[in-house]
Parts: sequence; structure tokens; C-alpha cells
Amino acid sequence: MLKVGVLALQGDVREHLSALDAAGVSPRPVKRADELAGVDAMVLPGGESTTIGKLLDRFGLLEPLRDRAADGMPLYGTCAGLILMARDIVGAHVSPRRLGVLDVVVRRNAYGRQVDSFEADLEVTGFDEPFRAVFIRAPSIEEVGQDVEVLATVEGTAVLVRQGSLLASSFHPEMTSDARIHELFVNTI
Amino acid sequence: MAEIDRETGGTRVKRGLAEMLKGGVIMDVTNAEQAKISEAAGAVAVMALERVPADIRAEGGVVRMADPEKVAEIVDAVSIPVMAKCRIGHFVEAQVLQELGVDYIDESEVLTPADEANHVNKWDFTVPFVCGATNLGETLRRIGEGAAMIRSKGEAGTGNVVEAVRHMRSIVSEIKRLSVMGTEELMSAAKEHRAPYELIREISQTGKLPVVLFTAGGIATPADAALMMQLGADGVFVGSGIFKSGDPETRARAIVEATTYFNEPEMIAKVSRGLGEAMVGINISDIPEEQRLAKRGW
Repeated sequence: MLKVGVLALQGDVREHLSALDAAGVSPRPVKRADELAGVDAMVLPGGESTTIGKLLDRFGLLEPLRDRAADGMPLYGTCAGLILMARDIVGAHVSPRRLGVLDVVVRRNAYGRQVDSFEADLEVTGFDEPFRAVFIRAPSIEEVGQDVEVLATVEGTAVLVRQGSLLASSFHPEMTSDARIHELFVNTI
Repeated sequence: MAEIDRETGGTRVKRGLAEMLKGGVIMDVTNAEQAKISEAAGAVAVMALERVPADIRAEGGVVRMADPEKVAEIVDAVSIPVMAKCRIGHFVEAQVLQELGVDYIDESEVLTPADEANHVNKWDFTVPFVCGATNLGETLRRIGEGAAMIRSKGEAGTGNVVEAVRHMRSIVSEIKRLSVMGTEELMSAAKEHRAPYELIREISQTGKLPVVLFTAGGIATPADAALMMQLGADGVFVGSGIFKSGDPETRARAIVEATTYFNEPEMIAKVSRGLGEAMVGINISDIPEEQRLAKRGW
């Protein structure tokens, strides 16, 4: 059975563990480099990207994770996870330490402060029914590289993208009981 | 391009932000400089207030929400979420804080209560609220009023973790008790806890709170933070413990690290070394009953 890790330094780890379970794989939390070595794929959860970036760096996970992703290990990032995967960040005074493996430019807190956090029904490429997406102080994807496929948008801005074995979303599928996006990820492994 | 239909201020996005803060440390700050130090140390959010609890204890007087000018400065200074405290029942302070763009409001016993019978009706707001609680009944009354996150109260400004432990143990063990009760016992349990029946029934079925439970009040060292995490907290609020210590930056960072690696003693030992002086603590028995902050809230 596929072993999928969820980066467990901070954030909504529990929700991703349940969502992966629902998508039919055996998930486990990953906090240390030796635990990272034992998984086939990783999820970078929602949380605070500045906090997670610092902890990745301080505890020697940033380089191994970047190397594994470069070697083709599937990675799925939601919200803070997307920020950690992005090549570049615009419009923030603090740029978190990150992997930079996904060829996109991201704007942090693009939809405003918490009072502007929202839910909406999204059309997702390949899905028959809309997906109820939860955006919490969410980043937006301002630019995408030529190898990046846009799978969903909000008013013209990309919010779900795929680049080879990398998947990333501005929103939090793990906050709902709809496992379709986690299944999409699991199917790429 | 088509505009989408956005639902803001719903329960899921309110509770959801707290879910994103799990495993993290929220630090009390009184100005933009402290907020930046907290962000650099790895805080997941900062809490804006007029004075830290240790100073409130020392100086006394009526304690209100922070000066809106200061709150706005803090909001502008950092990219992480900003929380701010309002007085219990002071719904206009809450309206002002929502206007200022804070991401979470803490209706807090650390400030002087504005209403001795009622808390803010938190369902009226788009911004989410966190509230303190000492036991399960208080937790569920606050959730019933619309709180989207709970923190165990502890005794703020003491640097003494004993009350935080008492409150966390109380909440966690009462949840466990409910989860083994028969359905016919639940109405009586609701009466005993003075809590909404629907919430009692929900917890009895799920075995957990419907919102995130942080800890607060007296956490002063990395080991205190890890202790509270091992007792079942989802994350940690640190007030006076950081900016009343000898070396705030180093201590803040160590508390963040100990919160992440809370169940790995070798990591806690490593990050706890060379932090300088911890804040001076106060024994709870030395605080007169009427000066105990955890007693505020109804």
C-alpha cells in the first residue's frame, strides 16, 4: 500500500490524514527527515507558511523535501503548502523559506483578511459536479509556467494547478468530506 | 469572467482558521515591534492587547481593548493573522476590532468585564471569536454563543502553569466522560454542565469538541508548552511568558519548537538550553480570590 506522509510541523494535519484515509491510502504524520525517507508521497497542509517554512529550515527538512520533489516524489500542497511549493511570492513583506519546486507565482492573503474568507462552488476540470471549496486567508496563483495545468479558477485566477506529479490548491479540500481532490492526488502517485 | 457566489462568515471558515493555527504558538504583543519579533520567531498569530497580563496584575485599573491606533499598526506590521482582545460582553469593542480588520477576536477575562451576566453574541459577527473556559460547561456555553475556538483559561500573568493544567484536564476528562454516557443520561449532563443539550449530544457522539482547543494562562517555558500539548491542547497562547522574560526572541523560538516536537523529550531538552531568565512566577495561593482572572466569565 502507498505510504503518504503529511508534513506535521504545524497546521491542519489531522484533516489531511482523514482525507487521505478516505481516498484509500495509508497516511502518516512526518516531522523528521528520517520519517520523510519512508514515504512515497507528501502532503503539505494548511497552516502558517512563515512558521512551517522556518521549522522546515531549522530542522533540516527543507533540502531533503526539495530533493525528493525534484526526483519526482508526488507532492500536494494546500494554502500554506501551495506557498511553500511556489517558485516566487509577490506582495508580501515576509517571504517564507520554501521549496520553490512549482512554477507559479503566488500572492499571499490575496482575498483579504479573515472577514473575507469564503466558501464557494468551483468547477474543476474532470469533475462532473462542482466542488465546495473553502478559502481561508487564501493565496492566489497569479502566474503559471508553461508546464503548469490550471484545473480550477476563481474569477479568472488559478486556484488549483498541476505540474507533473505536483498538485497545489489555494483552498482546503481537507475541510470538507469531499475526497475527490485527494483522490486526484493519490491517482498520480 | 463569471463572478462566483461567495459565502463569508460561515461556521466552517470561522472554525477553519483556528484549524490552520493548530500545533502553533500565538503570542501576546502590545506594539508592532513585538509583533515582528513574534513573527520572526515562528508565531502562527499574534494577540494585540493594551498591556500583557503580568503588567495588568502589577498596575491594576480598568483594562480595555488596545488603542485602535496600536491595533492598526500591528495589523500592518505582520503577514500572520492578528487577534485582539475585547472585554467580556463589550460588543462595541468587538465591532471596532472587526472594523480594524483583525482576524480573530478574543473575548477575554484578562480585560475588565463590561457585562457581569452576558457575553457577546458572537453569531452576529463575520470575524470569528476565541473565548476562555475553565471546564466543559463554560466551553459549551461559549460555543453556544458562537465562539469558533476555545482556549483553556489558566491564570494569566502568573508564569505558573498549574491552573492551565487544571482547566485542560477538566475539559478533556469531561469530554471523555460524555463519550461513554448513555443517551438517557445526556439531558441530566446538560443540566449539570449548564450547557446546550445539542452540543452535549454532539460531543457524546463524536468524543471531541466541534472547535479547536488551545491552552493559555501561565505558560512560561518550552516544557510548559509541551506539557499542555501532551495533555491534549491543539496549540498554545503565550502572554507575559515571552516579553517578560530575559531574552524574548530566543525564548519565543524555543517555545515554538517545543510545541511542534511536544512528544519528543530529546528535542525539548535541546531547545530549552540557554534561554536566559524565565519570567518571575507567582504562586496561585498568593493571589486573593477576587484578583483571579479565571473567575471572570459566566
